[in-house]
Amino acid sequence: MLKEKEDKDKYKEWEKEIPCKVIVSGYAIADPIYSPLPINFLAMINIDSGIIIDPLHPLFEKSIRNRILIFPNSIGSSVGAYVYYALKKKDTAPKGIICTSTVDYITASGCAISNIPLVFIKDFNWIFDDEKKEIILDGHNKLVKF
Amino acid sequence: MYLSKDDEKGLGGNYGEAVATAYRILVAVGESANADRLIPIEWSHVSGVNYNTIGSSGRDFLEELASDPSAKAKVPTTLNPMGFDRSKKDMVSEEFFNSQNRIVQAYRSMEFTLSFTCIPYEAFFLPGPKSNVSFAETNAAIYVNSILGLHTNKESALSALASSLIGKTPFSGLLVEENRYAKARLIPKIKLETEIDFGLFGFHAGKTIRDGSVSLGNTFKEMDRFKLKAFSAGLGTSGTCGMFTSEEEIKAEMVDVGKEELETIKDELNTAESGDIITLGSPQLGMVELNHVSNMVEDKKFTKKCFVFCPRTICDKAKRFGVTDNIEKAGAEIICDSCTCLSPLFNKNNTDSIITNSVKAAYYMKHSNKLDVHLSDLNTILTKYTEKR
Repeated sequence: MLKEKEDKDKYKEWEKEIPCKVIVSGYAIADPIYSPLPINFLAMINIDSGIIIDPLHPLFEKSIRNRILIFPNSIGSSVGAYVYYALKKKDTAPKGIICTSTVDYITASGCAISNIPLVFIKDFNWIFDDEKKEIILDGHNKLVKF
Repeated sequence: MYLSKDDEKGLGGNYGEAVATAYRILVAVGESANADRLIPIEWSHVSGVNYNTIGSSGRDFLEELASDPSAKAKVPTTLNPMGFDRSKKDMVSEEFFNSQNRIVQAYRSMEFTLSFTCIPYEAFFLPGPKSNVSFAETNAAIYVNSILGLHTNKESALSALASSLIGKTPFSGLLVEENRYAKARLIPKIKLETEIDFGLFGFHAGKTIRDGSVSLGNTFKEMDRFKLKAFSAGLGTSGTCGMFTSEEEIKAEMVDVGKEELETIKDELNTAESGDIITLGSPQLGMVELNHVSNMVEDKKFTKKCFVFCPRTICDKAKRFGVTDNIEKAGAEIICDSCTCLSPLFNKNNTDSIITNSVKAAYYMKHSNKLDVHLSDLNTILTKYTEKR
C-alpha cells in the first residue's frame, strides 16, 4: 500500500518541498496534525487511542494516530520514549514526526526503536489551514512535501 | 556523527543484536543533538522500570533485549524505582506483580544494580565532578549536573539504557563545557519560602526556558536539600532544561518570575482542599528528609494514612540509626523500591485525592493517575495532619 502511494507520489505535483534533517529514516504519507506546544508523552496521551487527554493542550481530544505529527519537541518524563514504542505496538502511533524546535532524546530514541520516521525542520513556520491535506515525509530524499 | 571502526561493527551487528539496537538509539540521539562522536561514560542511571509506566510493550521489549547475550551493562548502572515494595508484594495485583518481576529479571540479566531509586545521588557514591555520565531520571540528571558537577544530558529511558550497554554517549549538549553556561537568569520577584514554592518555580522555569542551562543567581545559594530536590523535580517535569547554575553575570536575558506565574501553576495542580491520604517522596526521601520527618512527628500520630517513599538502602540505614522509629510509631507506612509518581498503589478505585508536597507528584497524579491533589508543604503536612500520640 505504502509502496503504491510512494510510486504515485513520484508523478504528483507538490506545492512545496522543504529540506529536512533526517533523524530516523523512512517514508510516510498522511494528513498532518500540528501542535504549537510540546507534548509530555507519558502524561498527555491515551496509548490505546493515540488521543491527547490533557484539557490544557491545544490538541486536546485529537488523535495523533496515523497522522504526521508536527510539533516542537516532547517534554517531561524520560520514560516518554517507551510511550512511542507502546503507540507503535498498539497501532496508535503517528506515521511520521516532524520536530520544529529541537529533536529531544525522548523522541529520537523512541522513534529509533519504533521505526517511526523522524525529521527536524528548523524554524518551521508554515501555518496549517488544512489538516485534511496529505503531506509526505520523505526521509530517503531528506524532504517534506505538501 | 563520526563512528569509529569499532562503533561501526557494533551498529552492524557484529557484537550482537542488543548492542546493535543500542547503537541505533545512540546514533539517532547523536544525530538529533548534532554530536560529532561518542565518548566513554562512567555511570548510567536508567529509568523505565515501573510496569505502570512502560506497560506490556516495554516489558516485552526489555525481555527481548535481555535475551541477547550481548545485553550487559558496560559501566555501573543504577535503576529507577519500580511499581511496588519488594517486601510488600500483596499491595499490588498478581498480574502487576508478575509483569513487574519480568521487567526486574530482564534488568538483572543485563547486570544492572537493582537500586530502585530516583535519587542515586543520595544512595550511591557517584563518580567525581566533571565525569561524563548518562542519567535518565529527570530530577537526577538535573541534580547531578547542577549540584555535583557531573556532566550528563537529560537522557531518555532508552538512551541511558543504550549508553549502559555500550559504555558511551553522544558528545553533545550539557557534556560540552560551553553549553553549561546559562543564557538566561531567572529572578524571583517574590520570597520563595517552602519546597512547594521551589517546586513551582522549577516547573515554571521548565516551561519558560528552552536552553540546556538556566541561572538562578543568588537564589541558588539559599536552597537547602529539600528545595534543591523540589526545584530539580519541577524543572524536569515541565520542560527540556537540564541544569541550573548560580551565575550572576548573564549577558543575554534576565527573566522576572512573579507571584502570578507561580499561582497559575499551583491553581492547575492543586485541585483539592484536602485529601484521603498523604504521600511523601517524589523524588524519594533521603536521610536528611527522613530525619526531619522523624523529628517533626516525635510523640505524634498521623490523622490520615501516610506513605513515605525512600530507597531501600537509605531506609535500611535509617532503621539502624533509629530514624524510622518515630515515623512508624506515628502510623506512617515506609515504602521502598518505588515512588509516589505514577505508583499503581493510588488510583481512582481506592483514592479520590492525595496530599503531597511534591509538584512533580501532583502533576503525574493528576494527569496519569487521574487523582485530585492537595499541595501543601512538608512542615504544614506534618503539623496539620498529626495529633499528640
